[in-house]
Amino acid sequence: MNIESQDLYTQIILSMAALVGLTSFLMLGQGRLLRLIFVFAVQGFLLTLTTALAAYSLDNHHLYISAVLTLALKVIFIPWMLRREVLNSNLHRDVEALGNQTAIMLGGASLMVFSYYVLHPIVQTTSPVMLNALAVSLSVVLLGMLLMISHKQAIAHVVGFMSIENGLFFAAIVATKGMPMVVELGIAFDVLVAAVLFGIFFFHIRTSIDSLDVDLLNKLHEVDK
Amino acid sequence: MNWLIAILQTALFVALAPLLAGWLKRCKCHLQNRQSPPLLQPYRDLFKLFNKQPVVSEQASWLFIKAPYIIFSATVLAATVVPLIAVDLPTSASADVIVMVGFFAFARFFLALAGLDIGTAFGGMGSSREMTISSLAEPAMLMAVFTLTMTASTTNLSYAISHVLEQGLVLRPSFVFALFALILVAVAETGRIPVDNPTTHLELTMIHEAMILEYSGRHLALIEWASQLKLMLYGVLIANIFFPWGIAQTFSLHDLGYGLLAIIGKLAVLAVILGIAETLVAKMRLFKVQEYLGFAYLLGLLGMLSHIILEASR
Repeated sequence: MNIESQDLYTQIILSMAALVGLTSFLMLGQGRLLRLIFVFAVQGFLLTLTTALAAYSLDNHHLYISAVLTLALKVIFIPWMLRREVLNSNLHRDVEALGNQTAIMLGGASLMVFSYYVLHPIVQTTSPVMLNALAVSLSVVLLGMLLMISHKQAIAHVVGFMSIENGLFFAAIVATKGMPMVVELGIAFDVLVAAVLFGIFFFHIRTSIDSLDVDLLNKLHEVDK
Repeated sequence: MNWLIAILQTALFVALAPLLAGWLKRCKCHLQNRQSPPLLQPYRDLFKLFNKQPVVSEQASWLFIKAPYIIFSATVLAATVVPLIAVDLPTSASADVIVMVGFFAFARFFLALAGLDIGTAFGGMGSSREMTISSLAEPAMLMAVFTLTMTASTTNLSYAISHVLEQGLVLRPSFVFALFALILVAVAETGRIPVDNPTTHLELTMIHEAMILEYSGRHLALIEWASQLKLMLYGVLIANIFFPWGIAQTFSLHDLGYGLLAIIGKLAVLAVILGIAETLVAKMRLFKVQEYLGFAYLLGLLGMLSHIILEASR
């Protein structure tokens, strides 16, 4: 596939895929929670743009609704909720010590290569654009998992979880030319419910161990280690 | 004729570098609510320094006196490689981007030696820091540039820029990564905030200033001029590789004039962006620099990857 021979829509989609991948890397290396949430909102915004672009190019009107839902939920509501949580629990001045950041980043890069390797067999049967977009979204999913492993704050875990969902959503938008409306609404409300549930979890974790650092959950062992 | 234009272009490079530094300072002053010096102040400073008698320590060897000339001429030679207002000039056709990085490394080698030569604690500290940072910045820079050269399948900057121009507006994911990587490296290599602060002489933080602390008079002027030239070089590199529109492809007077206007406009915008970034960002700890440059390297690597995976023909 030569990028010069593709149409503008494909070029933009590929650039968006690259930018979404970049935001995942930015989140991976971020020690400050407020900035992490900001980058997450940026990723959501890129997703909104992609959805709107797909809607425009495929002339598929209900994708506009999906774009608006993404904007409202992932760019505004969830980041706002997480931000309020961070400010309430006074975590915004903490810089989380990430163990060996360089190793994590290089691990992320190898995860990206790995996801291409895994998806490579599909290249023979689908269009190359779809393969690339799928590979990027798979690596966004894997990077989200790596984010959850490497960070200790519960809020960072939630951001990682939501970015996994972003990766899946990106794949769905690019690969299916618009899912049925019911599915999209369902996903949107699932995300909303997840956000609310996480809020309750935060509350419980904080009341039981006085902190949102999940490493302290070890305190709940009956026997002291 | 072509050689004449090439020499003129290099002269223009050398002549405009202090202007860019002055404009950048002006932008920063306006952003920080300070009274700004006049736009031509860097020229006045250079003029003043050239007229002063240099003071050289008794302990200094010949290297200390020769180093400014070597640094300045190596930087000017690097400037001949980069197309400023026109592509396809004989100087830029005869050397490629790796030669340019080599010239930078050459200049830096002598700067570090000169810092060590005088035997002060600051000079040695500055040299060691400079070498640490540059050893991390160079691979990142080459990685970013290789992304471009792989796309154009040549390491020659002039041909690569023509190639980008010929293809018209193509959105390349790899260029997005390479652009960010090159910006991060440029900030580190030219000693701007957040890696180094060019305006401070605070002992704990200075890198570039620590090495040239012992210089005065025309020696200092040459080194200052060389570092302004380097800043402009990186600016031109970023502007012309990623946004090459407007650069002259033929040598008619009209095209050259248009190319000059275009590059001045692009550099002015870049300087505003750099000024905003320097105002917003605080200088980081020295030990954070390796993370910063590691990130730049990672971006360069991602650029290469996405070129191979997303764009290359298979």
